[in-house]
Amino acid sequence: MAGTTQVPAIDGWFTTGDAGAAPALLGSRCTECGTYAFPAEQSFCRNPDCSSTTFETVELSRRGRIWSYTDARYQPPPPYVAADPYVPFCLAAVELAAEKLVVMGQVVPGVTVDDLTVGDEVELVVDTLYSEDGTDYLVWKWRPIGTTAIGEA
Amino acid sequence: MPDDRDKKVAVLGAGMHEWGKWGRPFVEYGLAAARDAMADAGLGWRDMQFVSGADTIRNGYPGFVSGATFAQALGWTGARVSSVYAACASGAVAIANARAQILAGLCDVALVVGADTTPKGFFAPVGGGDRKNDPDWLRFHLMGATNPTYFGLYARRRMDRFGATEEDFAQVKVKNARHGLANPYARYRKEVTVDEVLASPMVADPLRLLEICATSDGGAALVLTSMEFARRHAGGAEPLVTIDAVSTVTPAFPNTVIEMPNFSTDSAAATGGPDAGNSGAAVAAAGFRPSIATAAYAEAGIGPEDVSLAEVYDLSSALELDWYEDIGLCGEGEAEKLLRDGATSLGGRVPVNPSGGLSCFGEAIPAQAIAQVCECVWQLRGTATGHQVEGARVAVTANQGLFGHGSSVLLSR
Repeated sequence: MAGTTQVPAIDGWFTTGDAGAAPALLGSRCTECGTYAFPAEQSFCRNPDCSSTTFETVELSRRGRIWSYTDARYQPPPPYVAADPYVPFCLAAVELAAEKLVVMGQVVPGVTVDDLTVGDEVELVVDTLYSEDGTDYLVWKWRPIGTTAIGEA
Repeated sequence: MPDDRDKKVAVLGAGMHEWGKWGRPFVEYGLAAARDAMADAGLGWRDMQFVSGADTIRNGYPGFVSGATFAQALGWTGARVSSVYAACASGAVAIANARAQILAGLCDVALVVGADTTPKGFFAPVGGGDRKNDPDWLRFHLMGATNPTYFGLYARRRMDRFGATEEDFAQVKVKNARHGLANPYARYRKEVTVDEVLASPMVADPLRLLEICATSDGGAALVLTSMEFARRHAGGAEPLVTIDAVSTVTPAFPNTVIEMPNFSTDSAAATGGPDAGNSGAAVAAAGFRPSIATAAYAEAGIGPEDVSLAEVYDLSSALELDWYEDIGLCGEGEAEKLLRDGATSLGGRVPVNPSGGLSCFGEAIPAQAIAQVCECVWQLRGTATGHQVEGARVAVTANQGLFGHGSSVLLSR
């Protein structure tokens, strides 16, 4: 049963799009070399030629193109919290042009692999990952542009 | 820098415990393999000066100190030990440690052992409790992303980029099942047809149950010695097989291919494409996986055209095709043709996974990279009965462990 309270399943990884703003992933951008990272880096830059220790938190591009995709026909083991009965879902790795990185995530419910193609444009939404004790735990998901399948959060 | 010839170590002994699913203590499997390897070398336990263990992280404290665990089980002799974990590449790093001890002149004879006992089903994160700073825990919790999820992403990308088909992937399984039929150490020894593969349940589209490697129990061991010791020592098998290079490279930033257990790739925004890194070759620009064997070839001063056979990490049927290109057996996008032409089957130009591969073994993580080398040793000696690559002279292994562990071992006779 869906809960009444909604909280992110993890803090600081994305905005939930409250007050009409669009949700977005929160990454880091190195203030010296400009390298992005998701999840955000706090203390070191991944660029081996950069020793910066200062990073700004930035919203990553909300749209990207599918690098590849698959699905999960069998229920993943814990700590995944699966619905009962289990409902298979798709996952996509999505290329963000501006940040030049690929980010994974589940695809919104109702989409099957037959609806997806490498190169398709998708956008970020926030949706329920699982519900427990009256609380909906939220996560980012990818939604194909131009489809009617939507997340509900 | 020493001459390249100085980088060789001899493989005097190879031993394995059959792969399966029994749930017995991993030490049993490791000991059986170690005893076989020492007998194969014509040496005894008291001859081993260094024990290099590949760790298992699913069997408690003894698994984290595997070198000492095996040494104690064989009976303390004062031998020095090392215990290493590098995910699926653990066995190769254990080999690298033993080799380094020998090449540095710190010992003449080393025993390398890896063994595992695995739980049923999908690999899940190790250890209890919430671990919100551990990407391996988080990928299951936040995305339900299992290991086959990542294999599925690579397979689908291959289909989109190169026109690979589900039949191609199934054909890899058919080939490996045939290769493993006569291998006494393989867990699965049964022929399958393309139709049977395609009728098995979908796990992570486009990969099906028969195309994804199982998790297994098993053990493998090697006795490595200095070249000088090998020349003096009589009683080992002929011809003498040597390890000529060991690559344990990590990725070069920015690594732009999504890897287990990560949520994202590196960003190429600031630096452009991947740099050549320290892997010793500009080919690193092609990405991490191609850099793994390239570093081994460079170290041994040979190329993929010299290779008689390869043992690669077929965590999925489709991933074996990626490896054909990554170890230089063909150009990018040409793996399906190589497979369809039969070049990688026994009797072909360069058989891949003559052992049957993970497809027939399933994965016993710390033993697997060592098992790849055992198979190469038997192939180069000409004793791989029923699955022998005729006239094999040079063999290469390739493997990748999560969190950026590459491994490749080059052997010759």
